[in-house]
Amino acid sequence: MSLSSGVHHRAVKPFWPPLLAGVALGLVLLLTFVLTGHGLGATGASTRLTAWLGLHAAPAATQANAYLGPMVERGNPLSSWISWQVIGVAIGALVASFMAGRFRIQFDGVRSVGGPRRLVTALVGGLMAGFGARVAAGCTSGLGLSGAATLGVAAFVFLALFFATGLIASRLVKGV
Amino acid sequence: MFPLNDAGVISGLVCGVLFGFVLENAGFGSPAKLTAQFQLRDWSVFKVMFTAIVVAAFGLYVLKLAGLLQADSVFVPTALLMASAMGGALVGAGFAVGGYCPGTSVVGLFSGRLDALVFLVGLLLGTVAFAGFYGPAIEGIMAMWEIEAGDTMTDAFGIPEVAMLVILAAALIAVFFAGSWFERRSAGPVTSDQAVAGSTN
Repeated sequence: MSLSSGVHHRAVKPFWPPLLAGVALGLVLLLTFVLTGHGLGATGASTRLTAWLGLHAAPAATQANAYLGPMVERGNPLSSWISWQVIGVAIGALVASFMAGRFRIQFDGVRSVGGPRRLVTALVGGLMAGFGARVAAGCTSGLGLSGAATLGVAAFVFLALFFATGLIASRLVKGV
Repeated sequence: MFPLNDAGVISGLVCGVLFGFVLENAGFGSPAKLTAQFQLRDWSVFKVMFTAIVVAAFGLYVLKLAGLLQADSVFVPTALLMASAMGGALVGAGFAVGGYCPGTSVVGLFSGRLDALVFLVGLLLGTVAFAGFYGPAIEGIMAMWEIEAGDTMTDAFGIPEVAMLVILAAALIAVFFAGSWFERRSAGPVTSDQAVAGSTN
């Protein structure tokens, strides 16, 4: 019985130890600086994608918008480095999760907080993070991680507030 | 002489693939593991981020010292402290509630998590909301508390680069000791089996 079910379930490999993962991440970040002159990121791509989607859904409003307007003039998202970097993140995550037997289609968090609640927390969490990343002009990777490696003051302020607020918010709301 | 200032497709894909590969292997596609940092039972987020910051900062310093990397050639975020503080607070709250940050939500989605897709939709809506509010008022707030002297700890406060590296290394050791102490006194780090089974903590 256990043997036959084992055939269909590849063993789940453990995560890398934090020290190993941290050194690897630091070297990838260093390589990125050496190649491009800037660090890694994420919301640079989602912002360009938002502008591009806006241009197709509501062209006049998007072009008139003070924030998105100048962005759509620079063409579609695939003309920027950060979009290709995020496409790379998707490929890298897919390869890693398949190689380690960790790829699984699921709505994570449903088992602990239930489906409807998880839908709301994922959406509201994304909304806050999306708004916040535009205020700070960067996210955890683009401003926090990459900025701190260049010893940028803004990065340390961002990380301090990020962790302090996260600690408080996780005590008030169970999101996952 | 570095950097190469390569903004091409291949450069983007290579850096991204490696970034995504490492993040997934660290366990950062799992919202249960990511939020366990804020419950102080799993310190992987602090440990991995701090280690990466120290390794990259040390590497940049050594490359500059060896004359391989041009001084002042890498991008440093502008020291707009109000914007950084407000944005950091919002992204931190979004992380605690939504279970991801923007980059890790991509890792979550491509390890099979559909809740990460919902988070990404929220991310785009948050960007639309910001664009809707954008104007003189929000620009004024974002321009507050700028450090005129410079953007790095060295330029802004006169802390030598070497001293900053020593401080960061000391903080890294403290994070590992404090983290492991908290992990021993709680349920401990979220394992890959727990992460794949879906968050139950």
